[in-house]
Amino acid sequence: MSLAARLTAPGWWRALVSLPIGAVVGAGIVVAGRALYGWEPLFDGDAITTVCLITVPLAFLIGIGCFDYWFRWASGAPTVPEDHSNHGAYSWRDYFKVNTDHKVIGIQYIVTTFAFFVIGGLMAMLMRAELTAPGSQFVDPNTFNGLFSVHASLMIFLFVIPVFAGIANYVVPLMIGAPDMAFPRLNALSFWLLPIAGIMMVASFFAPGGAFATGWTAYAPLSTETPLGQTFFTIGVQFAGASSIATALNFLVTIITMRAPGMTFWRMPLLVWAQFTTSLLVVIATPFIAGSQFFLLFDRALGTDLFSPANGGDVIMYQHVFWFYSHPAVYIMMLPGFGIISEVISTHARKPIFGYRMMAFSLMAIVILGFTVWAHHMFVSGMHDWLRIPMMITTLLIAVPTGIKIFSWLATLWRGVIHLRTPMLFALGFITMFTLGGISGVMLGMVPVDIHVSDTYFVVAHIHYVLFGGSVFTIFAGIYHWFPKMTGRMYDERLGKIHFWLSFVFFNLTFGPMHFVGVDGMPRRVADYAEQFAALNALISVSSFIFGATFFIFLYNMIASWRHGPRAAANPWRAHTIEWQVSSPPPVFNFDEVPTVVGGPYEYGVPGAVHAVFKGEKEPAGTGPTPAVAHRPE
Amino acid sequence: MEEPAREVSRVNRREMAKMLAIGVVASLVGVAVALAIDWFPAESSTAADRIDTLWDIVLMCAVPIFVLVMTVAIYSVVRFRARPGHTGDGPPIHGNTKLEIIWVTIPFVIVTSLAIYSWIVLDDIEASEQDQVVVEVTGRQFAWSFAYPEEGVKQADELVLPVDRQTEFKIRSADVIHSFWVPEFRMKKDAVPGLTTTTRVTPTRTGSWQIVCAELCGIGHATMRQRVRVVRPEEYERWVAERRQEGGQGGEAGGSGENGG
Repeated sequence: MSLAARLTAPGWWRALVSLPIGAVVGAGIVVAGRALYGWEPLFDGDAITTVCLITVPLAFLIGIGCFDYWFRWASGAPTVPEDHSNHGAYSWRDYFKVNTDHKVIGIQYIVTTFAFFVIGGLMAMLMRAELTAPGSQFVDPNTFNGLFSVHASLMIFLFVIPVFAGIANYVVPLMIGAPDMAFPRLNALSFWLLPIAGIMMVASFFAPGGAFATGWTAYAPLSTETPLGQTFFTIGVQFAGASSIATALNFLVTIITMRAPGMTFWRMPLLVWAQFTTSLLVVIATPFIAGSQFFLLFDRALGTDLFSPANGGDVIMYQHVFWFYSHPAVYIMMLPGFGIISEVISTHARKPIFGYRMMAFSLMAIVILGFTVWAHHMFVSGMHDWLRIPMMITTLLIAVPTGIKIFSWLATLWRGVIHLRTPMLFALGFITMFTLGGISGVMLGMVPVDIHVSDTYFVVAHIHYVLFGGSVFTIFAGIYHWFPKMTGRMYDERLGKIHFWLSFVFFNLTFGPMHFVGVDGMPRRVADYAEQFAALNALISVSSFIFGATFFIFLYNMIASWRHGPRAAANPWRAHTIEWQVSSPPPVFNFDEVPTVVGGPYEYGVPGAVHAVFKGEKEPAGTGPTPAVAHRPE
Repeated sequence: MEEPAREVSRVNRREMAKMLAIGVVASLVGVAVALAIDWFPAESSTAADRIDTLWDIVLMCAVPIFVLVMTVAIYSVVRFRARPGHTGDGPPIHGNTKLEIIWVTIPFVIVTSLAIYSWIVLDDIEASEQDQVVVEVTGRQFAWSFAYPEEGVKQADELVLPVDRQTEFKIRSADVIHSFWVPEFRMKKDAVPGLTTTTRVTPTRTGSWQIVCAELCGIGHATMRQRVRVVRPEEYERWVAERRQEGGQGGEAGGSGENGG
């Protein structure tokens, strides 16, 4: 390609050239504005950086090609709606482009999010190194505060939330018999917004004054007064939020309008239900964190006084707006995992999900109740005393639909035919640890208890039990479960089991003791602690290093198996859902013909029962005989 | 001739009884261990007594629930594990209305009871008592300062409280959000700029502990710890009198004159 062609065609060359253009535009806006007002100095570093944090990423997105089609269409030039030139992966290069194939986007999401998982995890290792002993050994307090802030932000916005979007992106259209998502170009934009957010957050370490160090919660007025690094979070979160909202819209329209004929809502697999309900949470709640961060940005950059009490501002208002999103956020981080567990348990126990309808209703109940509990994060905040009681009641009530799910999974296992493969092991580990995290959650929901343990390591223990022992274990379960479908190869089962057992043991050794030090009086977000907590902290730290190392077993398994693993059949687990009825990996456009759904998604144990059929096929690929009689050889 | 899977996997009464027995024994052991653990710092206030008891009650509900989940899960994995080469399915059981009603109702009753009990405890530990000491607490980056307005003490860097008498803390912040917490007292409240927040403590033991800042307030958050001393009433009065004198304006500043020695 000639240089001119390279720089005008969408792609990395044009994206790289766009970056300085974005910077010049950003700086230009600031300098021009300041000149017009007569403010000195014209070249204010903080102001220019703040505006460039918006203009430079937008320039990148334009350069790499996310908006080309829409700009052409808006300009009136002829466009071809069915243009598939950016669709599908035919070489590794296609994974680095703006690609409209949901399967490519799914893998882009998964790989990108795991990269940020590693970065966030390394930050955790550095924190635990510092906390091995009291006193200051490796990092100064400001850096430490930056580490836990960026760690949490990456794990929440750049790993757990988007990796579920990535897994669902790959699986859900296949599961509902659709050729792709409803809005493939929006899907591509949703993905590309994400690395921008992550790079911005990590880049905050290089800002003068260091990384944002106010926690991922960024409470005002601490966050209105801190140095420039804070703005990297304030704006970075907007990009992650935009990505999340656009994806959720896409899932809602896809699930509502593109299900194969015969797939009523009550024949949808539970992963589809989970993604549907999660997407409702995302579109309603995410604008609130956007709002809270816009308020902070206004106070920081425009001189407003939203959070300056001396000038009529209201500090607690920040917390209400922030937590109105951030509590539903934890359900955004869990519901897709619930969907994955339902798929994994029914498949690997060869039994229908017990209480399917109540499983769907409990997802909806969690969505609704999830919007009524936010102030349980504020029990000691000085908000109105009376509000604590209804918030306590709703918080405790949400244990009921959650309990329904745990009991239903147990009842699914009961009398099943249980194959203890790696996905099933992670599902069982999830049930154990999520139950523990749920119990500590009920304790935290009780105001008198929370008064003592709020902002202590008891909370840190709770969140990691539900977010790691909970969400991340479901992510591992899902990755192992759909690995053959996505890559066309089998992962190494022995390495998978080793990964599970080591993770399970060292996870509990790392986060279990945190319950004790928290109740005993150790606050959270501290670079140093009182001498009495030294022994348990040393145990936690050493366990965490081993725990962190186990990730590389998983990473090795994924990479080596993708490259040299044995080829996978279309349906190695003999599951019923539609994604398993096409090849591994699926054809570029998923289906040669649209399947027809003729039954529920979990019809195990009924001889000859199927979920979907393709015309011209007597029997779906590879489900094999599913008799009620045992020991029929394949 | 193999029995159909439906019959093979059906669980007889004896097995259920065995599972129940294991569950009950494990629950009892679990509850005993959980209650024996010394979770909290020494109980040093009336609130601590109530909160620690509430905690024990929750554990007595939580441990059996966790044991139930683990018993069913482990039992299932052992009993219903696929034998090598077994390619069949489990029976097509889609639900059981009676069971589903039970596992909605019982948790609902448990959480409702916990909510009611918690409400009662909360009202109790926050109730205002007679003959209070009032202390104004100001949090700033990175230390606390105190004033005893009714005793005429305008500024003190040390917190000294009389035992067996309620102190009402009026908490403010000079800059960012802090949180005032003495783990031995259990009670905690944020210090919020623009507001005065309130918490009440009735210390029940004499001793010396740490005030811990429990809200991230910046670079010095981890070391924002200060001493609180709970002393007998006579010593408290003596201390207050000394602080009042140091205050410079002598006994004119508010309050009744010195009492006692």
